[in-house]
Amino acid sequence: MADAAAMFEVVKPGLATTVQDLGRPGYYHLGLPISGAMDRFALIAANRLVGNADGAAGLEAVFLGPVLKFSADAVVAITGATMPPKLDGVEQPLWTAFAVSAGQELSFGYLKAGARAYVAIAGGIDVPEVHGSRSTYALGGLGGYEGRALRAGDAVKFGVSAGSPRLGVTIPEDIRRNAPQSGTVLRAMPGLYWHRITEESQGTFFEDEWKVAPEADRIGYRFKGGRALDFVPREPPFGAGSDPSNIVDSCYPYGSIQVPGGTEPIVLHRDAVSGGGYFMVGTVISADMDLIGQLQPHQPVRFESIDMDGALAARREEKARLNRLGEFLGSS
Amino acid sequence: MTKTTIEAPIPGTFYRAPSPEEPVFKNVGDAIAVGDTVGLIEVMKSFTPVVAEAAGTLVAFHVENEDAVMAGQPLYDLEA
Repeated sequence: MADAAAMFEVVKPGLATTVQDLGRPGYYHLGLPISGAMDRFALIAANRLVGNADGAAGLEAVFLGPVLKFSADAVVAITGATMPPKLDGVEQPLWTAFAVSAGQELSFGYLKAGARAYVAIAGGIDVPEVHGSRSTYALGGLGGYEGRALRAGDAVKFGVSAGSPRLGVTIPEDIRRNAPQSGTVLRAMPGLYWHRITEESQGTFFEDEWKVAPEADRIGYRFKGGRALDFVPREPPFGAGSDPSNIVDSCYPYGSIQVPGGTEPIVLHRDAVSGGGYFMVGTVISADMDLIGQLQPHQPVRFESIDMDGALAARREEKARLNRLGEFLGSS
Repeated sequence: MTKTTIEAPIPGTFYRAPSPEEPVFKNVGDAIAVGDTVGLIEVMKSFTPVVAEAAGTLVAFHVENEDAVMAGQPLYDLEA
């Protein structure tokens, strides 16, 4: 019997807490990005802990956790960033399913590592599906809770659990992805426009240390601090602007690294714009996209060149991580 | 008199003034009332005010204008 009152009230929303699932594929060619969790592995892990399907909707809380007051009993799990959860002020373990009683308040301590925490609730967050997904695409005002980040006073419903929550089970550290440390490397394949920059810039792009710019968000992660890229002189083609970083408009893949003006690389992420007129130096491989979602402002990274075979091998390694998660939860 | 250290709630870039042309929100020695804005932290294209949740006298800043801050990093000391 469905409990009509299964909901939580948002006491404090955090900085930008959104409902996210695994996204809304299939509309990118129309300009509608996939959206969904920036760190997909973390959301999947949280969902499996509470007995949900991988694609159930949870919350993504960036940098600052929300305060939520539950009106019904629930089972929750928090994964991703190290942002310690608290129940009525008592700290709870991360990467672990725990019970919340009706009337209790879930809050969070300061962010210690990573950037985005995921909150899965047994039964999943019950907002209407839009084009097959409950993910919030805030720029388009679509999906999630009224197409926006949560605000104080919102009453958010959650569903009835069909699976069996794994109360008290903790995902071991060797299965989790560690929060990015200094020395983080993002692997990227040089792209179609690689020839547009000079040989020297092709070298410096991968040699230099880049720092996450505070502007980085779900649309794109901006980096700064490396040497500006120099372009090979050209006659601007018809339709491209006069700036050497301009191209005739093109599709932007997820993970593509545009460098407007040659100065600050921007890696497009889950709420990406689908096309435009900036050249792309390359594309961050899918296996490293979750990691970007856990980068904090000012965190130093380097880009590392990888070829297609390397990218596919990295993708297989990420799949193996999911398999290890499945094996662990299947045996515990 | 007890001294309390106030920490940054979020990571980002710390600013002591609303804009480069304007005076700082607070100076060392100023009285702080609950609800006063002491600085701003810029992250994800928005500026979040650092609002005092306790009253007292601001006795020291631990960060400079435009410093990178991490969540939980000491921002200023309050004596009350």
